[in-house]
Amino acid sequence: MTSSRRETEKGGAVSPELTASLSVRGVAVTYPNGTVALTDASFELGGGTICGLVGVNGSGKSTLFKAIMGFVAPAAGEIEIAGLSPRAAQKRNLVAYVPQAEDVDWSFPVLVEDVVMMGRYGRMGFMRRPSPNDRRMVDEALDRVGMAAYRTRQIGELSGGQRKRVFLARALAQDGLIILLDEPFTGVDVQTESAIIDLLRELKAQGHLMLVSTHNLGSVPDFCDQVVLVMRTVLAAGPTATTFTQANLEQAFGGVLRHFRLDGHALHQDDDRRSVTVLTDDERPVVFYGSVAERDEPLKRKGEEGS
Amino acid sequence: MMELLSPFTYDYMLKAMWVSALVGGTCAFLSAFLMLKGWSLMGDALAHCVVPGVAGAYLLGFPFAAGAFIAGLLAALGMAFVRSQTRLREDTVIGLVFTSFFAAGLLIASLNPVSVNIQSIVLGNILAISDEDAIQVVIISVVTLGILLVKWKDLMLVFFDETHARSIGLNVNGLKVLFFTLLSAAVVAALQTVGACLVIAMVVTPGATAYLLTDRFPRLLAIAVAIGAGTSFIGAYLSYFLDGATGGVLVTLQTLIFLATFFFAPRYGVLATRRKAAAAVVATPVADRLS
Repeated sequence: MTSSRRETEKGGAVSPELTASLSVRGVAVTYPNGTVALTDASFELGGGTICGLVGVNGSGKSTLFKAIMGFVAPAAGEIEIAGLSPRAAQKRNLVAYVPQAEDVDWSFPVLVEDVVMMGRYGRMGFMRRPSPNDRRMVDEALDRVGMAAYRTRQIGELSGGQRKRVFLARALAQDGLIILLDEPFTGVDVQTESAIIDLLRELKAQGHLMLVSTHNLGSVPDFCDQVVLVMRTVLAAGPTATTFTQANLEQAFGGVLRHFRLDGHALHQDDDRRSVTVLTDDERPVVFYGSVAERDEPLKRKGEEGS
Repeated sequence: MMELLSPFTYDYMLKAMWVSALVGGTCAFLSAFLMLKGWSLMGDALAHCVVPGVAGAYLLGFPFAAGAFIAGLLAALGMAFVRSQTRLREDTVIGLVFTSFFAAGLLIASLNPVSVNIQSIVLGNILAISDEDAIQVVIISVVTLGILLVKWKDLMLVFFDETHARSIGLNVNGLKVLFFTLLSAAVVAALQTVGACLVIAMVVTPGATAYLLTDRFPRLLAIAVAIGAGTSFIGAYLSYFLDGATGGVLVTLQTLIFLATFFFAPRYGVLATRRKAAAAVVATPVADRLS
């Protein structure tokens, strides 16, 4: 499906042989005021995947996003998107970005369909005249996020969840190989959250690479198959099962998280040595079950083990 | 009746009306963007910053537009430089730079009182514009409008969501520089019609009025340009009878239209908002209102 869609695009902007990959090697970022935001950050992602970018506020998550978007030039190291420099990748429309709700001016005089059409601008000609194909992509994107009925609303009239869907639709319309999502679940109801997660899974199946910054720890094991833990550098990166561990999280979050541990008679009637550990930053907590000595996997919600 | 048409029988009045309308339309186009970013005062700052350029150009015998444009660009670069090198906030930097430029302009003008008529820079004098200056103003406005008509969608994208604009390969910084260059150019043109003090109205009021009337950006642009061009044409026409400064008449007209919109706009006017609030109260059952 992905390849047939690409062929229909004007001018063949995306070569079909490109596969999604993101490689960050030894990246350091220092701001002009002297703040060192990141040092020696490295991780590699390839193919269709959903990767959680996890860390406390100020850990360098947004700096990493900015570096991948080419907004800040790394003082050291390099970033490659599908084998290209960030700027070259952007010129070929490989990177789509879903902004944080706070970063959007909701009183701007644009309608829902205008915002989604903005996803197509990079593929339009000099005068930015939408082609029938551009319009079809916008219609499809609006349908997929269930916002077709709201297409002529001004964006400020929407609820928090609807706003997220509109910007997700813009990323769909753009059809970027790599999609960066900045805190997509903040201020979103549970229903919208699972709708967004379902959509991300579909995109993953189609070969899109998604990097999702989040501090909603509890849902990370639910939908991320890879995790990058950030604390001024990349502390750990890899498959969620082996990387999103209690030991790594404690290192990434230091004293910021609330930490509850139940064991012995508070938890069991018998001599079971296992314990329950709950880590939370007041959103949905992440729960570990078992003894710390084993490298336990975080619990998923019921019914999602097989996905 | 004949008396009402008499401005149309004088070449200088015809020239004043058409040039004003062109400049008004160009400034209004830019106003739609400026207002959305909260950059309205940048227009005011730029208008004051070009004064030394105009004074210097008259002194040295350059075309005034060249001098004004160089001064405007220097000011914009100066603001960007001071902003990036210090911790000072943007409004402070703007205040610092524009007052120093304006003071330099007054100084140049007062040192050479014969060659420069500072009053015509500060207050504008479209009715007495020379053919040479009129041609400069027309060229500036036409080029600016032409570029805006081609690039308005890209600029809208940059103003709405810079990160996205960059992610689709647009040259965000280049487009910002282009915008401020066009703004400086439009401000230079507007100096001749309304003067440095009232340029701010030309690059704020039409956009602000249109914003209360629509949720669609293309329509907002059309309404703003119509208001800007229309009020400028009529303002120049009326100033023939009122014998007042064109700038004052023109900006007063724009303000009247804004006030009418402010109260009577169908969706975002004060009265419409009141009506909606009242309707919501009536529609809510009494029990809900009490709880």
